[in-house]
Amino acid sequence: MIFLQSISTLFSNDYYTFWVVAAGAGIICFAAGTVGTFSYLRKRALLGDVISHAVLPGVVISFMLTGVKDSLYFLTGATISGLISIAIVDYVQSKSKLKPDTILALTLSVFFGVGIVLLTKIQHSGNGAQSGLDSFLFGKAASMSLHDVTLFSIIAIINTICIVLFIRPFSLISFDEEYAKGIGFNVKFIKYFLAMLTVITVSIGIQSVGIVLMAALLITPASGARFLTNAIPKMIFYAGFFACISGIIGVFISSTGTSMPTGPWIVVVLSSFTLLAIFFGKEKGIFARMQTRKSNQIKINNENILKIVYKTSKEGTISVPIQDIFKESSDKSIRLTLKRLEKNNIISRVKGMIVLHENGKIAAREVIRKHRLWEIYLSKYFQLEADHLHDDAEGIEHIITPEIEKHLITLLDRPEKDPHQSEIPY
Amino acid sequence: MNDLYIIITACLVAINCAIVGSFLVMRKMVMIGDAISHAVLPGIFFAYLLSGSTSSLPILIGAAASGIFATILIEWFTQKARLQSDASIGVSYTLLFAIGIILISKFGENADIDQQCVLYGELEYVWLWLVPIGNHFFIPQQTLILLSLTLIIITGVMIGFKGLFITTFDPNFAISTGVAIGFWHYFLMGGVSLTTVVSFESVGAILVVAFLSGPPAIAYLLTENLKKMIILSCFFGILCAIIGFYTAKLFDVSIAGAISTIIGLVFTVVFIISTQKKSKIDVISY
Repeated sequence: MIFLQSISTLFSNDYYTFWVVAAGAGIICFAAGTVGTFSYLRKRALLGDVISHAVLPGVVISFMLTGVKDSLYFLTGATISGLISIAIVDYVQSKSKLKPDTILALTLSVFFGVGIVLLTKIQHSGNGAQSGLDSFLFGKAASMSLHDVTLFSIIAIINTICIVLFIRPFSLISFDEEYAKGIGFNVKFIKYFLAMLTVITVSIGIQSVGIVLMAALLITPASGARFLTNAIPKMIFYAGFFACISGIIGVFISSTGTSMPTGPWIVVVLSSFTLLAIFFGKEKGIFARMQTRKSNQIKINNENILKIVYKTSKEGTISVPIQDIFKESSDKSIRLTLKRLEKNNIISRVKGMIVLHENGKIAAREVIRKHRLWEIYLSKYFQLEADHLHDDAEGIEHIITPEIEKHLITLLDRPEKDPHQSEIPY
Repeated sequence: MNDLYIIITACLVAINCAIVGSFLVMRKMVMIGDAISHAVLPGIFFAYLLSGSTSSLPILIGAAASGIFATILIEWFTQKARLQSDASIGVSYTLLFAIGIILISKFGENADIDQQCVLYGELEYVWLWLVPIGNHFFIPQQTLILLSLTLIIITGVMIGFKGLFITTFDPNFAISTGVAIGFWHYFLMGGVSLTTVVSFESVGAILVVAFLSGPPAIAYLLTENLKKMIILSCFFGILCAIIGFYTAKLFDVSIAGAISTIIGLVFTVVFIISTQKKSKIDVISY
């Protein structure tokens, strides 16, 4: 009830500021989420962290030069020093044996150190106007003015348009730079263009969540979106969308309490979305993967039992004493598997005997066929000794699809006997 | 005397970070150090909440625990959730840092922790908390803790050098000869957590990262021998700490910031010298 009330009051006139801030945060987060997708895909997620720390000297210098606190000046300074930091990282990486992570950490801390030195310099010089400069460290979303929001929104929208227009070259350099070069793209230009978009996004982003948490705005949405889809355009959309929602929710939560910081709440909401995606993602989520693994295991257990029943009941009959199966199988869940097969009407139990039904017989022959075909394939094309074939075939017999099987049969001229001289059941 | 305390404290941090950092640089794991130094925040808060005091020991334990928690979280993201490793680091530490800031700004008004000191540290005020040793001799509490940590780290590295060395440079060989690779990973990560946490209280997150990455990187440009590299990075760490301190005094700016800046400058000089040397060698070899 209290929650509903607080929502309804949000639409009253008193909450004009709230909506300005929420809109600003939403738009900024959207831009960061979309650009960040490419940082993620290029495996340079932590570069965002470096850029966000590296903009500090630029911001402070622009204040020292102009003496006023204006978003546009800050943005210019931030962009310049962000770009310099990227250039330095690239240069040092190409010219030394240092690994990327060392260079990133060093660049990040040195730039930030310089920023702190300059910041303390103006603080100690007693310039009254400097107060609020350090809000850059932790963001100042709550105090964004309409002027700021308009400026940020325009930039964010231009950014997004650029991404939509350049989605193909950006995707190409994310996956295969050499190929992009080969088909005539100017890779260097595309790389720096993407870097510039990232730097600009970071420069506006730090004003809402602050320097330390800016990395989250770039990395976290893409990390979550990766679990939802394989298609890049969709991934960009999901990342932007969830980032945008998190921005708005974050501003909302922080507006309900007095000492609730906005940036951290945005990040917490965003991370929760990403965690949800990691767990419940449709194909790649943890639960989905567990489900696949489980159903694969069931299939393997089923097929192994069927195989045993079929093999031990060879001559004429199709029934085996249950004890024989226990003797043959190393599977621990054998009772469960038998019950499942019985339920699916593939086998039935009669007086301690297992009787294989017609469809079970077909399935068993199929597995055995695949097993023996694979053994022939291995011995023929890999020249493996006959006693090395079984273990490999034991694993692959459950994986071979009907298409591969057909291919194997034509490739091997529909053989009659496997390397151990057993017949192949067609 | 106060200056001396500050310099000694900074040098101890430099030594600790240089030793641990050398291994991190060789293992390509420096950014994990960065992540830990940010992720200790919630641990500090919970330790404060549970113990009700801002005294160093509980906070130290809390912070170290959340540092190790951060490494486990990163591991979980890469191994179980199959997120790529750089993204795992970024996602975990920002989340922990955000939670830490929320907790501190909501419940931490009485606590002696604020956001700024997390980043800058309080090196300037290290002499405020003195502990007597004997009758006439005083030493800052922070310095004492750092000193004991230095001893722990040096002993740990001396005892475990072989294991750390082999798991760093040839993990496959280590596995095949039966060395417990996981044990040495967490052995080092425990060291990193302790170092970042203890150092971070006095110098702040940023200088910790600068000390972890800078001096080892400088040393690595000059030598490939790990033992020499550790000694050289201790030397450069101390050098930068001392120069940085006097620079900060001269210009009246943050000591932590000044030391980071000096580390950057020293790196630039060594980097330029080493690339020029290399290009000369290239010319000769052609």
